[in-house]
Amino acid sequence: MSARQQRLSAPAWAGLIIAGIVVPLLFPHYMTVFAFAWCMVVLALSWDICGGQMGYNSFGNIFFFGVGMYTCAVVQRDLWHGVASGQAQLVLTAPQYLIGLGLGLVAGVVAAVALAWLLGSQILGMRGHYFAICTLGLGIAAGEIATGVDFIGAGSGMVTPLMPAGLPGKEVFYYVFFMLLALFALWLLSRLYAGRFGLALNAIRDNEDKAEAMGLPTVAYKTTAWAVSAALLALAGGGVGNLIGFIDPIDVAFAGASFGVWMILMAILGGKGTLWGPLIGAFLFYAAKEITWTYFLGWQRVMLGALIVVIVVFFPEGIMGWLRERFPARFGDTSETTTSEDRP
Amino acid sequence: MDNLLLLFQAPTILVQLVVDGLLVGAIFALAAYGMALVWGVMNIINISQGEYVILGGYISYFLYRQFGLHPLLSLPIAGLVLFLLGVLLYRLVIHRIVGRDMFISLLATFGISILLQQLMNELFGPDVVSVAVDMPTWYFLDNTVTVPTAKLLAFGVVLAIAALLVVGLRYSRLGQAIRATAQNARAARVLGVNTDRVYAATYGLNAALCGMAGSLVVMIWVIHPFIGLTYTVRSFMIVIVAGLGNLPGVFATGLGLGALEQIAGFVLGAEFQSAFVFSLLVVILIVRNAWLRRRREYLS
Repeated sequence: MSARQQRLSAPAWAGLIIAGIVVPLLFPHYMTVFAFAWCMVVLALSWDICGGQMGYNSFGNIFFFGVGMYTCAVVQRDLWHGVASGQAQLVLTAPQYLIGLGLGLVAGVVAAVALAWLLGSQILGMRGHYFAICTLGLGIAAGEIATGVDFIGAGSGMVTPLMPAGLPGKEVFYYVFFMLLALFALWLLSRLYAGRFGLALNAIRDNEDKAEAMGLPTVAYKTTAWAVSAALLALAGGGVGNLIGFIDPIDVAFAGASFGVWMILMAILGGKGTLWGPLIGAFLFYAAKEITWTYFLGWQRVMLGALIVVIVVFFPEGIMGWLRERFPARFGDTSETTTSEDRP
Repeated sequence: MDNLLLLFQAPTILVQLVVDGLLVGAIFALAAYGMALVWGVMNIINISQGEYVILGGYISYFLYRQFGLHPLLSLPIAGLVLFLLGVLLYRLVIHRIVGRDMFISLLATFGISILLQQLMNELFGPDVVSVAVDMPTWYFLDNTVTVPTAKLLAFGVVLAIAALLVVGLRYSRLGQAIRATAQNARAARVLGVNTDRVYAATYGLNAALCGMAGSLVVMIWVIHPFIGLTYTVRSFMIVIVAGLGNLPGVFATGLGLGALEQIAGFVLGAEFQSAFVFSLLVVILIVRNAWLRRRREYLS
């Protein structure tokens, strides 16, 4: 993957932003659905940092999503009313709400990044399937532990504060939140992948031993990549907790069987290791998921299982991989030699 | 932590927990051996392991409800059904992922596990079920330690299956083909072993082992559609601690894990037992990783 293709062109940016503004105006009743669509983009992009670009396939990135969600919710709950006020639904004024949300998101990011550094220094030393299974255990263990901790509501869950009057409706507010977050993630990653960082990640994916032997500080790059991924996931988690309004440890926060698998599937469906892939995969998968969930209610998880098998077994290179194979001139994998010839 | 003190005040509780754990742990070892087999022969880690266990349990449960068949009698039936299912899944999915990136096999079998979970949920409902077998219980140490006959029988059955497996792998034609394929699939193919059939048989055998383990689980414990993953994780832990292809090691580790889990469940409280299993997985992998790093050789 050359550096050139890891950037978004100006028309692509404009198209995304215009679609992001126009589509919800056309269908205002589906605001929450669209908000989640942008959220999926963030999840898929953040999984792809390690899974696609670095070749470390994590099963448990949902861990950071849940950490961010719970940290944010705890800050929002306890900032104005003391520890565990016991109120069922918190009522805040508009400034209180915004300050609480802002601080909560920051705290979530700090917690997630700290955990990513701490755990990453141990876990990222594992190779291949050991890493995958260890992260799977991490995600599920976090959910199981959260079910037993009373401070965050244990198994009966936690309620996030109500959106106060004076602010735009919850759906609109979080639609804007997730759209900005997704665009920010795209911008950040396009900058990161275009530079030395992206090259280092790809070097680790292609041959970690060789990269290390050539003097690349692989441990630092790996933990940084995981921390970036964790920060984005924590922001998404904080938003989802507020948008849903109710945090359940296993079905919402550490939802390995929904968000956790979806983010992997979306990145693979679109084409992992590319910038566009997770974006396309997220929108496509989410649209397909919404339709399936609506018309096959009760069987949706059977569909999900079948979908995983079909995508993974028959379509592991994803849409971008297919495009690259079909139209090598437009999307082809430009090797280093051709790019150096292109340079003036 | 009150329970921890209780362990010291009344050591017979500890004895009871260890005995329970050992008897249950043998069943974990059975599923783990299947995983080691598939891992060693086909280089695939089967995440749907636990779902095969639960499915085997449900088959025994179904036969008990419909015909009053004792789980020990329906055990071969569960094994046979799961063998056929395993071969079917091999033909449909698994043969396409043998030899490919391991992550693909992880994800694909994870997909199978979600599929099976939900199908079992639709077929049998989400309730916790068990088969209450009418068997006597043995009492020891002034009636403070109890050992149900069902658990002892299950332990014996596991031993018998394990012995059969060792003999089968060593002396039967198929067992020799499996071992040859595990050592070098290419060479085996050159020498006329139909590796595709060996793979199908190995995968089916693994599913059958899990299914039989499930019949034993439903007899001495409970099952419901969504606890399969803990069996997968236990199998994985046992295999990485014991090493591939080490049946006595797998057996011993299984027993140890069973005992440890019972004690942890008692000390931490039952709601943390499954959290303990998954946390232990993370800890074992981290310790293993640190250990490997220490033993790595550097040029100085």
